[in-house]
Amino acid sequence: MLQVSIYRYNPETDSAPYMQEFQVDTQGRDVMVLDVLHMMKEQDNGLAYRRSCREGVCGSDGMNMNGKNGLACITPLSEVVKGNKLVLRPLPGLPVIRDLVVDMGLFYQQYERIQPYLQNDEPAPAIERLQSPEDRDKLDGLYECILCACCSTSCPSFWWNPDKFVGPAGLLQSYRFLVDSRDTATRDRLSELEDPFSVFRCRGIMNCVAVCPKGLNPTRAIGKIREMLLADGS
Amino acid sequence: MVTNVTNLGRSGLSDWLIQRVSAVILALYTLFIVLYLLFNPNLDYATWSGLFAQTWMRIFSLLAFVSLAGHAWVGLWTVTTDYLKPTAIRVTVQLLVILAIFAFLVWGIQILWGA
Repeated sequence: MLQVSIYRYNPETDSAPYMQEFQVDTQGRDVMVLDVLHMMKEQDNGLAYRRSCREGVCGSDGMNMNGKNGLACITPLSEVVKGNKLVLRPLPGLPVIRDLVVDMGLFYQQYERIQPYLQNDEPAPAIERLQSPEDRDKLDGLYECILCACCSTSCPSFWWNPDKFVGPAGLLQSYRFLVDSRDTATRDRLSELEDPFSVFRCRGIMNCVAVCPKGLNPTRAIGKIREMLLADGS
Repeated sequence: MVTNVTNLGRSGLSDWLIQRVSAVILALYTLFIVLYLLFNPNLDYATWSGLFAQTWMRIFSLLAFVSLAGHAWVGLWTVTTDYLKPTAIRVTVQLLVILAIFAFLVWGIQILWGA
């Protein structure tokens, strides 16, 4: 029997959050953490968590498993469980709506701030804006982000200033548009980022890189944004 | 756009550059002082005083002092904005830090040129 300790909070009935203990019979199989959550929901159907695709594509079930953020659907028990004990908590730093469901408002606000869409002030060509294979290659490792918020909510800089620091997820997307050869708003984008918080609150501790379920590297992207800012501002 | 008034360079980019460049200067200065002390085991006052009487050493030392002041300002400003959330407390601490840095800088210059 797997011992699971899970964060519970229902603002309508609980005065404070608490940890609830569950015993889950996985029949010795190495299932995913999301499967364990389903088994727990069978025991207590009031348990709330987000999930959708259950295969690491939608980014709904980001949570903190034994102290490390990740997607429950693609994290096998063998990867996180130590000593037959599993502790599940919501993503750190965001307001809890109920149990493992967090309010992602601040996270999306920062994403919106970096204007995550192509901007081009040149006349549109007849068919499409072409891009060389080399320019297209620059987007690899950037566009794959699924916005699960595992990185930003593992970042202390984002915990302390979520209203000002864009966070690793937003900055990865910011660089995705800064480096896109079809985007002409580079200068405007950079001028929005040169304050002491938006980019420069990153201290390079690389928690984001350590937890990204898609294996992306926001710290590298932030370094590239700094290089672009320096090139533009020196 | 995030506004900022109590940080050193008024922009994150300049603060970041100041932080990086001052770190290199401080590392070189520390290395120099440590090596100097290692290579002069029987250091007396006259030798030590003679070292600091030379113009290049005074320039190097002043550069290190100014770097330390800038480095401390940028670093402590960051710490206060992370951990001190009530505005009155944060601004008070920031101003005290800036005043202390100024006082230590003037004091350092006085020691460097006073003797």
